[in-house]
Amino acid sequence: MVNEDKKTLARMINGDLTWNELKPIISGRKDPNRFDAILEILQEKVPWAEKILLPLHEHLYIVSKDGNRIVKCDCGFEFGDYRENWKTKCRVRVRDTYEALEELYPKYMTSDPEWEELREYFCPGCLALLDTESVPPGYPTIFNFLPDIDMFYEKWLGRKAPDK
Amino acid sequence: MSKNPLGWNGKSLKEMLNESEELIEKTKRYYGIEKLSLKEKDPFRYERSYASLRGALVSARETALHVAASPIVKEIGELCFALYTPEGDSIVVSTGILVHVHTMSEAIKFMIREDYEDDPGINLGDIFLNNDPNCGNVHTTDVQTLIPIYWENELIGWAGGVTHQIDAGGITPGHDLVSAIQRFDDGIYYTCRKIGSNDKIWKDHMINAKRAVRTPMYWELDEKCRMAGNLMIRDAVLDFIKTEGIDYYKRFMREAIEEGRLIVLERVKERLIPGRYRAASFFDIAFKNEAWQPRAKIDKISNMPIEIVIGEEGGISLTFDGASGSGPNPMNCGKGAMEGGQWVLLTQILIYGDKVNDGAYFAVEKEYPLGTWCNPGDPYLSYQSPWGNLIPAYTGMMKSISYGLFSRGFREEVVPGYGFTGDAIQGGGFYSSGPLKGERWSLSTFEISGQGLGASAVRDGLNWGYAMWNPEADLGDVETWELFQGGIPYLARRVKPNSPGHGKYRGGANYEGIAMIAYSREVDFFGAKEGLCFHGSGGMHGGYPHGTGYRLYAKNTNMKEIIQQQADYPLGDPDPRNGQFEKYLKADITRKPYCSIYPIILENYDLVHFAMSGGPGYGDPLERKPERVEQDLNDGIYTKDIVYNVYGVVAEYDEVKEEWKLDESATKARQQELKNERREKSLPFGEYWEIERKKITEKKLGEAATRMYSESIALSTNWAREFKEFWKLPEDFQMEVK
Repeated sequence: MVNEDKKTLARMINGDLTWNELKPIISGRKDPNRFDAILEILQEKVPWAEKILLPLHEHLYIVSKDGNRIVKCDCGFEFGDYRENWKTKCRVRVRDTYEALEELYPKYMTSDPEWEELREYFCPGCLALLDTESVPPGYPTIFNFLPDIDMFYEKWLGRKAPDK
Repeated sequence: MSKNPLGWNGKSLKEMLNESEELIEKTKRYYGIEKLSLKEKDPFRYERSYASLRGALVSARETALHVAASPIVKEIGELCFALYTPEGDSIVVSTGILVHVHTMSEAIKFMIREDYEDDPGINLGDIFLNNDPNCGNVHTTDVQTLIPIYWENELIGWAGGVTHQIDAGGITPGHDLVSAIQRFDDGIYYTCRKIGSNDKIWKDHMINAKRAVRTPMYWELDEKCRMAGNLMIRDAVLDFIKTEGIDYYKRFMREAIEEGRLIVLERVKERLIPGRYRAASFFDIAFKNEAWQPRAKIDKISNMPIEIVIGEEGGISLTFDGASGSGPNPMNCGKGAMEGGQWVLLTQILIYGDKVNDGAYFAVEKEYPLGTWCNPGDPYLSYQSPWGNLIPAYTGMMKSISYGLFSRGFREEVVPGYGFTGDAIQGGGFYSSGPLKGERWSLSTFEISGQGLGASAVRDGLNWGYAMWNPEADLGDVETWELFQGGIPYLARRVKPNSPGHGKYRGGANYEGIAMIAYSREVDFFGAKEGLCFHGSGGMHGGYPHGTGYRLYAKNTNMKEIIQQQADYPLGDPDPRNGQFEKYLKADITRKPYCSIYPIILENYDLVHFAMSGGPGYGDPLERKPERVEQDLNDGIYTKDIVYNVYGVVAEYDEVKEEWKLDESATKARQQELKNERREKSLPFGEYWEIERKKITEKKLGEAATRMYSESIALSTNWAREFKEFWKLPEDFQMEVK
């Protein structure tokens, strides 16, 4: 197993590792304590005090707040109960014309908007682009990941979740 | 005909298979193995045993492709070998196109269930050939050779090898036939057929096979290649037993597979998070204006929703509930294709390294709903190009697992998807002059083996180096491709600008090529790739899907004069709006927004363009470091206008130094402008929902999307219920294609 000290992991999160530094981490044995190490780094990084239960996304975390488990952006915006799709609290732009799609892709290299549109989901707080969906018009918003937090902590890590 | 049961302890193979399946059902463990006793007792002997068998298989592959093989097999190793238990479960595998390890497993089980033991018999030295997608294969151009391995009077296993053919004698030349719509278009079918005995391929079979395909020499070379590898494996297994003993081997094969299953569960618990994962992928089947056959003239989006549930024990349950229907197109998938695609991706993202075998297959529960593209239930449909559904569909599995990897802290392992292994240009013709006059050449470049991989959560995606079905992806050399497709030499190959998906970390980039018909007659040409839909399930965490494919070719050109005058000709299509074809050629130029086309006829000096895929991006593009975008410009990965619109990067080209230079202050201002635009042009979710819903209720959807919804609603009660609940539609809501 390669050395995965806190500083190295923090640099990895920031995308600052060179290929020679990253390669052994990719191909080597994984540190069984990686989850806790990353959690510690992220908890120090966010500007708010709520306890992170699970990192969900580049900007989003499931945190414990007032006895509830909610999704929170690193900017501080709160998306509500983690069991509901956080995308339904976002601001949404739909690119469903060639004009809008061809701002991002050359002509001929986009979808036909009648076949597929491109949705952009923004954080209402900081306007970070949190997700894109390339789906046919009328496709329901996709709820990508619903973790079982208690099963994870209790059955896999052998301890209670931090809010229990 | 066999006289005595072939299995162990007086059992038939069918009894052994039934017993195996009952034990798995009852104990949830492979063959009811509760303890890895050999490993516990002497771990060094156990690991040495595994390594020696694996080494034998890798050696068989590397040797066999040099004994005899077609250019595709020899150049990029489009083959693999595996060793199976008597019941057909893989124990160890070689390197190569591992998608086929579990496909051959299904073929062996088919022979056992069909009582081959009694008729036609399974004897020492017998040779079986299979390429039937409904009996454990992907498509007819993947051809499998299987031989039994005996120790004394017991069948102790099977060796299997598969190679990919350039042609299987289908409705048109090629290996992924866009125009096949029924079984009878797919080419020659070998349904687990005995084709030899006493280690010798029967002459009548070879005569028949060579007359059934357009590339008889390559067919024969590859049959010999697979047979050579299988015989090496058989010898290696017999040597192993002489050293370790038959009792050890019998126990070892069971333990190795159970260990493979346990490794999956352990790896899942080590890397992921329990819970429910979902993604959806799509593929455009735009044949309304392309198909020759009246009932194939359909425009349709293929819906490929995937749901994965990871439970307490680390097991994976997977379903494609809600998938679109099967139909008169070549993209229907049999069980072998579904299992093979799934297995090969799991070996790449979760179970690489240790015991890669069918233990992974037993660790996954799956549902392929009947009547859908992933389980048509009709062997008379075409299964000639299942990749059209299979490849995009499993981006959803990769993306789903990546959500778990991210949350668990393994950001370096995140991969939201990969590029489609297209643009698979195909066809062929006859040489009209020169030393090969009258000979057939085939266009079947396997340049498609090098696509863009998706970005991870810490770095950009791999450029031009990934194929989902072969962990050893390789573009190959132009010179080798030209050996067998000499009637369409390359004029150019260069980086295709703007091919990667945007993101904080961009997807992998890729190439485009230009080729010209020369010294030929009767040339068919077609190709396949996504075009009207973005590939697969797109980007992740704010990353975008990569650019789509399109079709570009020129007929009746003035290339003859251009060559005589040594004038400029197109080297690519870097800016389709201002195309080099239009700039340099006098010709009839065709551009189509979709990429999959039925065959057309080409003449000498006609030009074709083709482009490989990029990969999807990860994260918000405005968070990409501007200096990396500057590097992208200098590498020809992106163009100035696109990075201005997507990344907010402003750069100027220094004509003296011949490089792009970042304008930092202008970039900051432009990025703020894009942030402001995000607020101005977006809506709160509720307002967006109202507008989007009207596309359904006011019947504003196009024919292709409407057909997709009508099929998914009809085929899945659950999917239909969720669809109606999300949009608050009445229970009896239906969609119909006019």
